[in-house]
Amino acid sequence: MKKCVITVVGKDTVGIIAKVCTYLAETKINILDISQTIVSGYFNMMMIVDLSGSNKNYDEVIESLDKLGTEIGVSIKCQREEIFDMMHRI
Amino acid sequence: MINIYEVTETNKMVEKENLDVRTITMGISLLDCVSDNLDVVIDNIYNKITTLAKNLVSTGEEISKEFGIPIVNKRISITPISLVGASACKTPDDYVKIAKVLDKAAREVGVNFIGGYSAVVSKGMTKSDELLIRSIPKALASTEFICSSVNVGSTKTGINMDAVRLMGEIVKETAELTKDNDSLGCAKLVVLCNAPDDNPFMAGAFHGVTEADAIINVGVSGPGVVKYALESVRGESFEVLCETIKKTAFKITRVGQLVAQEASKRLGIPFGIIDLSLAPTPAVGDSVAEILEEIGLEKTGAPGTTAALAMLNDQVKKGGVMASSYVGGLSGAFIPVSEDQGMIDAVLANSLTIEKLEAMTCVCSVGLDMIAIPGDTNPSTISGIIADEAAIGMVNQKTTAVRVIPVIGKSVGDNVEFGGLLGHAPVMPVNTFDCSAFINRKGRIPAPIHSFKN
Repeated sequence: MKKCVITVVGKDTVGIIAKVCTYLAETKINILDISQTIVSGYFNMMMIVDLSGSNKNYDEVIESLDKLGTEIGVSIKCQREEIFDMMHRI
Repeated sequence: MINIYEVTETNKMVEKENLDVRTITMGISLLDCVSDNLDVVIDNIYNKITTLAKNLVSTGEEISKEFGIPIVNKRISITPISLVGASACKTPDDYVKIAKVLDKAAREVGVNFIGGYSAVVSKGMTKSDELLIRSIPKALASTEFICSSVNVGSTKTGINMDAVRLMGEIVKETAELTKDNDSLGCAKLVVLCNAPDDNPFMAGAFHGVTEADAIINVGVSGPGVVKYALESVRGESFEVLCETIKKTAFKITRVGQLVAQEASKRLGIPFGIIDLSLAPTPAVGDSVAEILEEIGLEKTGAPGTTAALAMLNDQVKKGGVMASSYVGGLSGAFIPVSEDQGMIDAVLANSLTIEKLEAMTCVCSVGLDMIAIPGDTNPSTISGIIADEAAIGMVNQKTTAVRVIPVIGKSVGDNVEFGGLLGHAPVMPVNTFDCSAFINRKGRIPAPIHSFKN
């Protein structure tokens, strides 16, 4: 399994999750977990996804999500999960 | 599974608190490049470096992108060149030819620096060591990416005062030859005592003879992260303070460990060590001095600075050691002046002097680092500063170093701009009383006794 963490941060607006999920579905990326909060009007979402069935590689996914984020006015990052595991789990 | 708060914390460290991996340094042994024919040595060196390090920069960038963690520098350290060139080089100019090919190789593979234009002369100097040392000013003046270091002493051997005397002159000559660039050459020249074989940080990096053919060493950073973490424990006890530093150091180091493992796997080169260091940059919020001030000092240099730094250094090591399978290099807090905005401010406020910095070097990583001094400072005074630092390292069984820049044509109060990560610095005053009669004595200071510790 190639797990990645996608984070979306920005001003709340209609359809952020829909647009991100549409991209993920088109790219055959499976969502394992979603959590989301809104802190003082700011949308904050984290998804754990599995890239192993994807038809794109890391590089392309990272770039496409970054571009999508610019289009809808939020910041979208996609990072390999190991960095968070290493830092927060012994 | 990882939760949203943990993800946010990690990303905040990168985006707001300047968390980065300071360097991936590939150590390369050049011992198998040796020949008695200089042209053959030069070809061998170029081929070996450009083959082994071909993918270093692109791999670093790939890892950086996939994990979302900046990797600031990709560097190479090599076997001390005084050994590699010993049988082929008959003059200092022969060594300069090697320097130029190293520079060409560094440019070809795209690294920021290549360290190891070095000699290890802690007890005595061979003819080739001396030739290399005498070639340093010209080598640094005619190259862009070379870093040079000379190890002049150790706890086991004492201090080679002949080398200390020579290095005072070499530092001054390097300053003269690079005077058009604010004596920048001296920013790439460091004189060490107890130099480690596996240091990934410049300018003192070299690939020691105890090392394997090639190795990946990683230097972590993150003073900003520690500073922000400490903001939340203002007024708390030392116990809470220390726990906070340890936990933060653990997290920072884990990132370095991950990057080192990935780089090692992708490049097919064994993982060497993580250097647990708090390495500042001139960016605001990425400063070791600011941590000391957050701990409770009005300005770095105030009474209490040495104690605060000793504690910080120790807690960083305690937190970091558990986060990595192998720790080495210099491991500790760096206190360069020009590369740390808080240090620069402390000097400008007349709070921090060279003498206080010297005291600070007794309890932390490395030594008098990136300090601009007046251009008319005598070579023997520079040797005196080197001898003092070497003595601190020798007696306290730690690495110490001197990287001072006598900026030709500038005096106390002038500002010097080195650019990039090397930063900028105000020229600091140096005690001008003469020490030449001490420095001019021949021979070496014997190794210290290891009992009767007082």
